[in-house]
This record gives sequence, structure tokens and C-alpha cells, in this order.
Amino acid sequence: MVDLWQGLSQAFWLVVTLDAELAEIALRSLQVTFTALALGCLIAMPLAALLAVRRFRWRRTVIAVLNALMGLPPVVVGLVVYVLLSRSGPLGVLGLLFTPTAMIIAQMIVIVPLMASIAHQSLRDLWAEYHDLLISMNVTQSQKIKTLLWDARRALLTAALAGFGRGIGEVGAIMIVGGNIDHVTRVLTTAIALETGKGEFALALALGFVLIALTILVNLLIHWLGQTEREGRW
Amino acid sequence: MSTLFPLRVRGAGTRRRGKQLVGPINMTWDGGGTRVVLGPNGSGKTTLLRLLHGIARLHDGEVIWASGTKAAQNAQAFVFQRPVMLRRSVVENLMYPLRLRSVSTGQARQKAEDWAVKVGLADHIDRSAPVLSGGEQQKLAIARALIGEPELVFLDEPTASLDGRATREIEAILNDAVASGTRVIIATHDMGQARRLAKDVVFLLHGRVHEESPADTFFDAPQTPEARAFLNGDIVE
Repeated sequence: MVDLWQGLSQAFWLVVTLDAELAEIALRSLQVTFTALALGCLIAMPLAALLAVRRFRWRRTVIAVLNALMGLPPVVVGLVVYVLLSRSGPLGVLGLLFTPTAMIIAQMIVIVPLMASIAHQSLRDLWAEYHDLLISMNVTQSQKIKTLLWDARRALLTAALAGFGRGIGEVGAIMIVGGNIDHVTRVLTTAIALETGKGEFALALALGFVLIALTILVNLLIHWLGQTEREGRW
Repeated sequence: MSTLFPLRVRGAGTRRRGKQLVGPINMTWDGGGTRVVLGPNGSGKTTLLRLLHGIARLHDGEVIWASGTKAAQNAQAFVFQRPVMLRRSVVENLMYPLRLRSVSTGQARQKAEDWAVKVGLADHIDRSAPVLSGGEQQKLAIARALIGEPELVFLDEPTASLDGRATREIEAILNDAVASGTRVIIATHDMGQARRLAKDVVFLLHGRVHEESPADTFFDAPQTPEARAFLNGDIVE
């Protein structure tokens, strides 16, 4: 209990005094997660829309696999990305291991199935609603996808926020591929793991509170920008 | 100058899970004015309209438009019994078919606003379409269908669940469209509406055409006992 209060007060002082190291770590966390989120959205949303509108032979299997991948163990993802990016691996020449780029790749792999699955649920329902209308209008496949993505944008925001939540709280994969190197790849979650390992529970808790506050802040900001929860909007 | 007509339907039919829903249908239409497809519930009116428009699969026979199938679909629009509203504002719903055809945003908006005025939705232009009342939604759906200036519009019981005032407004919109040269095929089981709108009538029962004749002939001297019974308000099964 004492650690908890110490953590809270330390978090408060770290924020109030604009601790340089905290700011650096927090900014890197946001930078890595937002980049992974943006790139992940570019893959997950069109993929979800395509699965909603296109009928093909293995569609149900693909959807089932995608749903199953929501529970992909991050440590395994980290390990696979590590092997691929390591010097002796197929992508070793790129020299990406232990860089923020490697962390972005790992985060993307973790969050894409989650976002695609959630987005697919919304887009499938919307497609059921729009199907006859769009078919009657002779809409092309790409126009269907654009229409669904635009009209379901507020529901897709939920998928993106879920991806953000998973990404910013991710530790296993990015610890392996990033290496938690000070001033290079250290982010909030890896710093928390490090401080906990050192027995610095108060500092670890302080970083944890900052992480939670950051997550809530970003969620509120996105909700506000997306104008959700307003009358007559979706 | 019409490119769609004459329409020739030869033995057209569709099935679902082995059950014949509609057909075989044989009819021709030179495309004058408004054609009303009449029949009791479950007679296949909706399916026939969907078959003609090409959104239901044709299992038997053929539907031949003078312009060819692809061009015909582009020259048609469909209004569903339960209007499908895009999750956008009224004006964006109206702009949608124009934007699909690469009309510039400015021109599309101008035309959409003109149509909103024409159908009495000018005060709702920036409201979300799905929160409109049933009558307003149907007027919007009809305006969205007509805004692309199709040669032919299919309407599937467009006033089925609407009150008298909304029905009158929608019929006025349709009469204007017909006066400006748009052809209309409307499915209904509302006898009053059929009398008000029809130039000719197709009477459908059990998925087959029982009678196809000019409206006056159909209402004054129906040829089949089923049509007579239907006009008398008897239950036709």
C-alpha cells in the first residue's frame, strides 16, 4: 500500500516537474504506437472491408484464423520478428533489430488481427444493411469498400482504439526486438519491467500511472476528434 | 430517346433452395409511363422487380433490354420497400450516386440541394438520414434514385407503411418524374395507388403473370377470375 501511494506521488512529481527522461520515454511510446497504429490501420481496415464484401472460397477460414490471431502471444511475435531481423536472419541486412522500427513492426503484427477482426464485425453488419442498395447502384468493389469504410468510420474508431490500447500496453514483443536500450528503444512498458526487476516498485508504479493516464488521454482525444456519442452520429 | 425499351422477358424465373419463387414469366413492355405490378402478398412482386433490375439471380429464361444488360443497369434505379439510408446526412445521401459517376463535389451538392427542395427536405439537408421519419426517408430514397436521371425506376411498395399525406407526396414526386420522361415500374398491393398511377398493369399470382393489360382494361374488365376476385377485395390465394 505504501508503494502504491509512493508511486502515485512520484508519478505526480514526475509529471509536474516535466522529468526529461519520462518525457523522452513517453514520447517514444506514443511515437512507436501511433506509427504502428497508422500503418496497421492501412492494412487492417481495407482487409476487414474486403472480407465483408468479397466472397471467396476460404473466406470463412480466413476470418476464423484472423479471429484466432487476436490472441497471438506477443512474446512469440517478438521472437519471430527477432529471428527475421537478426543478423543471420533473412532481413538481417536491413539492420533493424534493436531499433524503434523493429518495435513498430512487432506491434503492427500484434494489433492488425485485433483491429481487423473488430472492424470486420462492424463492416459485416453495415454491408448486410447496404448490400441491396449498392448492388442496385452498380457500385464497383473499390467503391463498396470506400463507402463502407467511410460510413463505418466511427465504429472503426473503436477498432483503432482497441489496437492503440493493445499496442501501448505491449511489452513482450517490443522488449525482445527493441532490447530496452536507454535513449534508443526504451518505452514506458519496458521501463516498467526494468524498474520492477530492479526492485524500484515506486518508480515502476509511477511509470504505470503515467501510462494509464496517457492511454485515457489519447482515448478521450480521439473520441472528441471523432465526435462520437453525439446525437444522430455513429 | 429511350435506349432501354422494348423490354422482353422470355420464360424468366428464379428459385431458392429448389423452390420456384417466380416464373416462368413472359412479357413485353414498350416503356410507356408507369407500369404497376399488382398482386397479393407473396405473389412474387418484389422478386420480379429484382429479377428485371438484375439484383436477383435469373435461373431460367432471359430478360432482354434493348440496350443490353450492363447499359440497362446503369440507366435504372431501385427504391426498396424499407428505404436503405447511407449513414450520412441528407445532402450526402443525395450526392452519393452523382459522386459515383465522378460529378464534381460542387455540382453534386448544388443538384442535391435542388432535389432536397423539390422533395420537401430542404429543412433537413444536414440532418443524419437514418434519423428521419419513415416518410422522409422514403422521399429521400426516391430523390436519390431520381437524381441520377435514370430512364427507369423500380419502386417496391414505396408507400407500404406510410400515412396518406406521405403517400400523396411520394405519388406527386413520381408523377413529376413520369411527366419528365422517366419510366416507372412500381410493385404494390394498394389498389387505390394502382388506379392513380398505372398506365398498364401486370397482375401477378403465385409467381406468374395472370394478366397484363392497360390499366383501364384491367380495372374495368379484368380477364381472369383471380384478377376479378382481387379487384373485388376477396382473399386470393
